[in-house]
Amino acid sequence: MEFWFNEMHTQNVQMSIRVERQLFSGESDFQRIDVFDSPEFGRFLASDGSVIFSEKDEFTYDEMIVHVPMAVHPNVKRVLVIGGGDGGVARELSHYEEIESIDVVEPDKLFVDVCREFFPANACGLDDPRVSVYYQDGLRFLRSKQDYYDLIINDSTDPLGHTAGLFTKEFYGSCYKALHDDGIMVYQHGSPFYDEDEAPCRAMHKKAYRSFPISRVYQAHIPTCPAGYWLFGFASKKYRPLENFDRERWEARGIKTWYYTANLHVGAFMLPKYVEDLLEEEENR
Amino acid sequence: MDLEQQKRAPIYEALDSFRKQRVVPFDVPGHKRGRGNPELVALLGEKCVGIDVNSMKPLDNLCHPVSVIKAAEELAADAFGAAHCFFMVSGTTSSVQSMILSVCKKGDKIILPRNVHKSAINALVLCGAVPVYVDPRVDPKLGIPLGMEMDDVTAAIEENPDAVAVLVNNPTYYGVCSNLKAIVGLAHAHGMKALVDEAHGTHLYFGDQLPVSAMEAGADMAAVSMHKSGGSLTQSSLLLLGPNVNARYVDKIVNLTQTTSASYLLMSSLDISRRNLALRGEASFQRVSEMAQYAREEINEVGGYYAYGRELVNGNSIYDYDVTKLSVYTRDIGLAGIEVYDLLRDEYDIQIEFGDISNILAYISIGDRIQDIERLVGALADIRRLYEKEPSELFLAEYISPIVAATPQDAFYADKESLPIREATGRICSEFVMCYPPGIPILAPGEVVTKEIVDYILYAQSKGSSMQGPEDPDIRYLNVLKGGAR
Repeated sequence: MEFWFNEMHTQNVQMSIRVERQLFSGESDFQRIDVFDSPEFGRFLASDGSVIFSEKDEFTYDEMIVHVPMAVHPNVKRVLVIGGGDGGVARELSHYEEIESIDVVEPDKLFVDVCREFFPANACGLDDPRVSVYYQDGLRFLRSKQDYYDLIINDSTDPLGHTAGLFTKEFYGSCYKALHDDGIMVYQHGSPFYDEDEAPCRAMHKKAYRSFPISRVYQAHIPTCPAGYWLFGFASKKYRPLENFDRERWEARGIKTWYYTANLHVGAFMLPKYVEDLLEEEENR
Repeated sequence: MDLEQQKRAPIYEALDSFRKQRVVPFDVPGHKRGRGNPELVALLGEKCVGIDVNSMKPLDNLCHPVSVIKAAEELAADAFGAAHCFFMVSGTTSSVQSMILSVCKKGDKIILPRNVHKSAINALVLCGAVPVYVDPRVDPKLGIPLGMEMDDVTAAIEENPDAVAVLVNNPTYYGVCSNLKAIVGLAHAHGMKALVDEAHGTHLYFGDQLPVSAMEAGADMAAVSMHKSGGSLTQSSLLLLGPNVNARYVDKIVNLTQTTSASYLLMSSLDISRRNLALRGEASFQRVSEMAQYAREEINEVGGYYAYGRELVNGNSIYDYDVTKLSVYTRDIGLAGIEVYDLLRDEYDIQIEFGDISNILAYISIGDRIQDIERLVGALADIRRLYEKEPSELFLAEYISPIVAATPQDAFYADKESLPIREATGRICSEFVMCYPPGIPILAPGEVVTKEIVDYILYAQSKGSSMQGPEDPDIRYLNVLKGGAR
């Protein structure tokens, strides 16, 4: 039997993953969620037909969105994770002892329940006693928060789907307000490669660049993302991602990683020319 | 309403079986199911162009419905509690104009509030009827025109016993409702017809928590914008008749100006939207009301804004309030509504319905989701954080009552000259001036240009309101009647 999962990366490009079996399919008010087992990527979760993460490559993403800001900010106590209901980001954060609280705000309870059942290696991150999970809309949660967090991680992946509100000027503005004067926000920056992904990618940088005094972009290779190539945004009120990067301090922690290294931290901010160009265009617009 | 019958959608069903017959078209439209215009197919899709067909026997004809269109209109009449219903394909403008042309002849008087849509005054230009305006009360804080007060309507009727009809704008764009039952009763007691511009009230027919609808209030005719809250395609509309109106005569009036090539996209959208409303409307609008209420509470929580609701109801000029509307007073943060409207679009990629001097209106409908409401609220909070100013410098919004010096028709067709707007003061205007949206005239043909009105026009323009109407698109000049100062 041939059993394939297809995801349209553009109108003209699709990614196919051979599937062994489907473990779950369900629909919430926000999205349709499917879970599959596959020979190449292991178990993976799809939202509305797009891969959100797989066992094989989720470490890249969770490590890059957590360790980069944590190796820059000298004193993170309060962290807010928007989205992140799978627990992978919380799991990476739990390596840091100085963190006092991790608020995970995920609108969709079904998503958390499914991850708990099918992805215990990620969801264990939610069991850290410092983690509180709020089933709420991210924008709504942020509205009442002012000068409160040291780090905000926007772990929502889709700027066009049900999390579109988390890639907007109002979201970046709300994050700015919710952060301390030396706070950092990191966020999913999408993939710049295909034509139809380029516009949202540009728009994100334009908004973040105008909302924060420091706004830089870094990259990673994630096979299940469109073109296998993914960007992250680093928006900050005070600390610069390279100038304030404390290599010795981070290495002394001895955190076991599979993707992130101190060398890679620096390298990840070195972008291809076409990406540099499109970001620069948005800055000068 | 016969719910079993309401599950049918005769026009949609006829189109569907027509499509399956694979009839070879040697008739218009010339794109022939899209084959002759591949770019159009790429834009709209095969399904859409495939049902863009001409009137023919199995599909009936809107100009003289005898089969599926007739059945669809009857179902709509039943769903809306009307004696008769016309499917309209030239917007609610055509519905409003058909109402007025059906009851007024040249020289007849019609009582109407001044804040009517321009389509109503345009109908007076067409037929030569004389407007008797009832000035709407204006909320002193919000600056919005309110409903018609009973005393004012009574006075207008008693002073003009020869008037043939009363037209009510209900609910207003902002959601304000007049005492419709009482106004209809008063009009009928004086032998006048009661017409309702119900462009913003399709949903009132589906929910007992909502203000009373025109048909329920006993009105003779109502113009209902199905494409607004009803969910049908833009430009499709309904004209509803009560039991004491001659539908055959109205049919002649409608056909004076109606196209003979009515779009089946529009008609089928009316048909399936009616079905949707009849079967699921009440639950949908309950959800819309809840979303609007949630948005009101959250926006008021942000501070600086006032999202108003039922607390405005005063038993007269605000007899009832349509809670599905989300109107927000913005001047306490020092920004005009139009400025907030522009910021939302330019900075936050959020398009709302309109902004006036003091308010914005966000249209909440059956297509909205709570996460979009969060975006709107989040953006308003961010606008306050980044753009709040001292509120002092803003113009005090006031309703300016018009001086009618000539009928709209006489003024429209009279000899005229173009004057710089400042010099037009004291002269009789021959054209419309309005902010768009909402498309309610500041000046209409036949009205005197006053200094106050000129100041208001220039101010609204400077705040970024889109002004329409005059021949000169920049409104530096106005057309006025020849013959010197008044």
